[in-house]
Amino acid sequence: MPTYRPGPVSLILAALVALFLLMPLLAVIPVSLTPSRMLAMPTGELSLRHYRSLIEDPRWLQSILLSIRIGVVSSAISTVLALCFSLGVWMFQPRFTAALVGFVLLPMVVPPVVSAITLYFLLTSISGFSSFFGYDTWLGVAMAHSVMTVPFATVLILVSLSQLDRRIDLAARGLGATVWERATRVIMPNIKFGIVTAALLSFVLSWEEIGVTLFITSVNAITLPRLMWMGLRDNIDPAIAALSVILIIITVLVLAVRSVVTRQHAGH
Amino acid sequence: MRGVLSDRMGAALLMAPLLLFLVLAYAWPFLGVVKWSFTLPTPGLGQYQALLTDDLVQSVFIRTLRIAAIVTVVSVAAAYAITVVWVRGSPAQRLVAEFCILVPFWISVLTRAFGWVALLSNRGLINTWLQSIGFISEPLTLVRNEFGVVVGMTHFLIPFAVFPLASAMRSLDDRVLLAARGLGSSRMRTFWTVFVPMTRSGIIGSALIVFVFSLGFFVTPAILGGGRSVMIAELIYLRIFQSPDWGLGAAISVVLVLFVGALMALLFRYVRPKQLI
Repeated sequence: MPTYRPGPVSLILAALVALFLLMPLLAVIPVSLTPSRMLAMPTGELSLRHYRSLIEDPRWLQSILLSIRIGVVSSAISTVLALCFSLGVWMFQPRFTAALVGFVLLPMVVPPVVSAITLYFLLTSISGFSSFFGYDTWLGVAMAHSVMTVPFATVLILVSLSQLDRRIDLAARGLGATVWERATRVIMPNIKFGIVTAALLSFVLSWEEIGVTLFITSVNAITLPRLMWMGLRDNIDPAIAALSVILIIITVLVLAVRSVVTRQHAGH
Repeated sequence: MRGVLSDRMGAALLMAPLLLFLVLAYAWPFLGVVKWSFTLPTPGLGQYQALLTDDLVQSVFIRTLRIAAIVTVVSVAAAYAITVVWVRGSPAQRLVAEFCILVPFWISVLTRAFGWVALLSNRGLINTWLQSIGFISEPLTLVRNEFGVVVGMTHFLIPFAVFPLASAMRSLDDRVLLAARGLGSSRMRTFWTVFVPMTRSGIIGSALIVFVFSLGFFVTPAILGGGRSVMIAELIYLRIFQSPDWGLGAAISVVLVLFVGALMALLFRYVRPKQLI
């Protein structure tokens, strides 16, 4: 327990920062209830028309389904690749581990716009050979998202492996378990939580991805963020406010549940 | 068949798929982009010369550095204020601070930029309110300029600035602070002469992370700058998609990577990676 508590000045400054952080999230609520077709504050009467247009306009639903499909596929690819790689690193501790891990983390540290132009080059090159797997296709987007999310999945799995006691693996090895048995029946059950977290984070990152997606899609593979982007650039569609409110509510609920669950775990 | 699979082969088999995937889908196309920068539209160093002479490119580079510097100072200071409470506050204060840091952190960059549009635009919350109380007659221009970009980027980057600071503040030994107080130092003086210097590694780490992130920022400046306050990343996008000049876009990307690489090298001279989490 820290014995040195923040004083009144610290608390006031922190409260101002907290207000700044929450302000834009709260601001979308009144805008989402405006009866106007354009971005405006509601004057007097409130309306749910923008929430209704999310359901009635097929473009939103199509984009949501596409984003889910891309998120699931790219999360599966990056979790499996990251898991195999991390198991290799942890079980065999090969030479040059630091350099190899550093290489895998590159898409996380390179400025996203550079990754975007790189993946644009890749997918336009593939488009020369294949029409269903390249620029502006959902498979192409899923692959590009895997490149972007795999470093995060790797970090999470490596962190949970680093907390694992090596002696249980040594015991399994001493008792004659094969590499496959050690990986699937000894190590993986012990890092379940890390693997699930990696898959979820990969999905969320893909679901939100816009920087790279803008470079590699044009008219066919319109993911949800891509559709929001189009509505934000031209004339601002208040349906985005309604969608934002829903996404914010989901985020708050998930964080609240997670916080309760971790608290219970800590309690036991 | 124990023993057939040697350790080295096992490692290779497990690590190969990801390494192969990234070599083919990331390293190879990056080399392709480097090639573009030397061959489009004509082979040679023309694009790099253009970077040094083109006024537009120069002004965008300078604006990017200026915005990144302002955003870094403001974000780290703001993050410091809220991190103090998150790490050292009472349990209730900590819970509130954590909520205010993590909720924005998990919300997409688009939603957050849109929230600022809703607040700052001419018919947005702030202008509507200021006009309704008669404080101003004409709406203030708060967005589609550098102010809007700085506000939006600061908002995005504060949570990222928090984590290295929190790690530095958590590892700080309370007894040193108690000793300072016991020796008669005031709260303020203890904070500035003991607490802040002892979290130096966190401040450096946090500032470098925010600065590096700001350099390659795309979405927030594009939305809140409204095409008037273009930063490097948006310039690359415009060079690829609007005035097709792939060579120049590629050359700017290469320079950006080298610059960020140099900054990262600097970062790891001062801070160990573990201190950043």
